[in-house]
Amino acid sequence: MTALLEIRDLKAEIAGKQILNGYDLTVKAGEVHAIMGPNGSGKSTLSYVLSGRPGYKITEGQALLAGADLSQMSVDERAAAGLFLAFQYPLEVPGVATMTFLRAALNAQRKKRGEEEMSSPDLIKRVKELAKILDMDMEMLRRPVNVGFSGGEKKRAETLQMMLLEPKLCILDETDSGLDIDALKVVSNGVNQLRSKDRGIVVITHYQRLLDYITPDVVHVQSAGRIVRTGGKELALELEETGYARYQSEAA
Amino acid sequence: MGNAQATPARKLTDAEARLAEIFAMQQSASAPQLAKLRTAAFDAFAKTGLPNRRDEAWKYTDLRALLRDVKPLAAPPEDSAKQSARNAAVLEGVATRRLVFVGGYFVAELSDLGDLEAGLSVVSLSEALAKGDAAAMTQIGNVGEVDDPAFALNTAFMGEGVVIRVGAGVCVDRPIQLVFVAGAQPATYFLRSLVIVEKGARATLIESFEGETAQEYHVNAATEVVLEEGASLERLKISREGAAAMHVSTFVASLAADAQLSDFGFNLGGAVLRNQSFININGQGAHAGLRGANILKGKEHADATLFLDHAAERSESKALFKSVLDDSSQAVFQGKILVRPGAQKTDARMMARTLLLSEGAQANCKPELEIFADDVQCAHGSTVGALDENLIFYLMARGIPQVEAQSLLTEAFIGEVIDAVATRSVRDALSALVSERLRTR
Ligand SMILES: Nc1ncnc2c1ncn2[C@@H]1O[C@H](COP(=O)(O)OP(=O)(O)OP(=O)(O)O)[C@@H](O)[C@H]1O
Ligand SMILES: [Mg+2]
Repeated sequence: MTALLEIRDLKAEIAGKQILNGYDLTVKAGEVHAIMGPNGSGKSTLSYVLSGRPGYKITEGQALLAGADLSQMSVDERAAAGLFLAFQYPLEVPGVATMTFLRAALNAQRKKRGEEEMSSPDLIKRVKELAKILDMDMEMLRRPVNVGFSGGEKKRAETLQMMLLEPKLCILDETDSGLDIDALKVVSNGVNQLRSKDRGIVVITHYQRLLDYITPDVVHVQSAGRIVRTGGKELALELEETGYARYQSEAA
Repeated sequence: MGNAQATPARKLTDAEARLAEIFAMQQSASAPQLAKLRTAAFDAFAKTGLPNRRDEAWKYTDLRALLRDVKPLAAPPEDSAKQSARNAAVLEGVATRRLVFVGGYFVAELSDLGDLEAGLSVVSLSEALAKGDAAAMTQIGNVGEVDDPAFALNTAFMGEGVVIRVGAGVCVDRPIQLVFVAGAQPATYFLRSLVIVEKGARATLIESFEGETAQEYHVNAATEVVLEEGASLERLKISREGAAAMHVSTFVASLAADAQLSDFGFNLGGAVLRNQSFININGQGAHAGLRGANILKGKEHADATLFLDHAAERSESKALFKSVLDDSSQAVFQGKILVRPGAQKTDARMMARTLLLSEGAQANCKPELEIFADDVQCAHGSTVGALDENLIFYLMARGIPQVEAQSLLTEAFIGEVIDAVATRSVRDALSALVSERLRTR
């Protein structure tokens, strides 16, 4: 069976600086992978390269989503194909109402996939359900996208978007950072609801604690732009003890 | 050395010569009580002629160069033109009291003058002049001191418009909409209106201008507004002129104590568009909110020139002008705030923001402050920029295609000025006009 995400010897650069140095990663449907690694090791870069952020250039290798070459798709096509990135730093979009944004996103994706659009009443109903799961005030969702949200509120909002869009492959870039203890549980619960045999989830995190709530099948250590070690969930505990020092010297 | 030489009399441009000819012809037909006013205005115009780029106020809109020929004064519209005016689309479906002008003429059968609210009087300019409405006669041309050639031309040639009076204390909820639809023949329209909002009264005035792409016409419109003590007026002017149209419009307002003016000029099309406003804040505690929005493409050119005269204490003015410029379009914002001696505690703010959708588009901003009082707050600023690439990426990463992401962000940019429109149905209709305009990029 084709892997959901297949990254082969991927090299990528930003502003002429090579950040990813031969990245290999395979995520199958139904799996949850965790990527951990020191600051600046290129974790967010990987997520941007996969989602197609302008300025990030693949120089070698390949990234395939369900067998399709991501580099041949525009950013919105990748989203419609089922790729979702929960941003490390979600952006504020002044003047664009959250509901307008959600409707535009969901229906653009559906249209591109040849599916029927979701009606406004159905959308509002669904968003209300999700807001409840994520313990968010609907009042917040009447505001422009993320405007004036606290760091933690933005992370919840990202999770809500993800749950609404029901992507095939979810990449969560430090969704746990900035969340208080209760919020961490609420957001993890939301993410866990997305776990399914058809979906892959990649969580990028610095903290073992998130993995107590979202139990990964596989844990990777990333250093200097590639994966340097792969193991089970016990690897996260080990990292908690030892830190990254030895991987950093290995990579150098 | 050579400075002392007198400039030789300038040779008139073809357009100026033609204007003089037309003026001489129409003068004999004019109502006698107006003849003096018109003659004085034309003489004032003739002294300077059409303004050109050496006139500070017209620096970026050289009317002398732009006005190559003068289209004839409009003849009464044919029935077919009246028929097609039934389809006037701007704010269609919004519950306004519509007064329709086709090709510069008032068309009673398309207009709604029935059931006027108590205390509201609405009469066409021609009727007011024919009746010799004394109050109107003394106000026209006297609401503020305006020394401007385009306004002088309007006074010299004014054809049709309305005279509106809102009686003291009367609140007119239903917006009054003047619908100006261009006629089928090439023509020049001189439109003039006067609005008097008496003490404590309140009203909403909408002026919408529209024409077909193929029509060649010039509009010279002027509206004078008198706001008596505590009076309040929301004015909205929408120009969705044809692609070949030239539109010059003058707005003169005088505000007595505690009067409130909210003015919004919205440009959605036309080859050359100029909105010039002369706001005279004469009474203490008066407030003027002035907004403008341009959504331009092709080679369209829009000029907003604002003169704010604070002559009383504790008065406020807030100006916000936004432009979205595509292709090689051009927007001009000139704003001058004058705070006269004694106008203490004036709070005047002026901001112009431009969004460039294309590298060929151009924005010119020229703010000016002249302050003769020491205890005031005045600020002005301007920004010019492109859409935020990071936001476009964020929207696209959620599946929104690039063009739609750009429109959403552009609508959000313009939205700030539209959100301030008081009537919800009008606001929604304006947002729809914006989306439509952006979709047809
Ligand atoms: N626009 C840019 N120009 C040059 N270098 C960049 C640019 N963006 C990122 N980098 C560099 O790329 C490297 C990887 O950054 P990235 O954000 O991917 O790291 P990260 O692993 O996500 O770190 P963190 O854990 O702090 O989030 C860093 O050294 C960073 O400085
Ligand atoms: Mg990062």
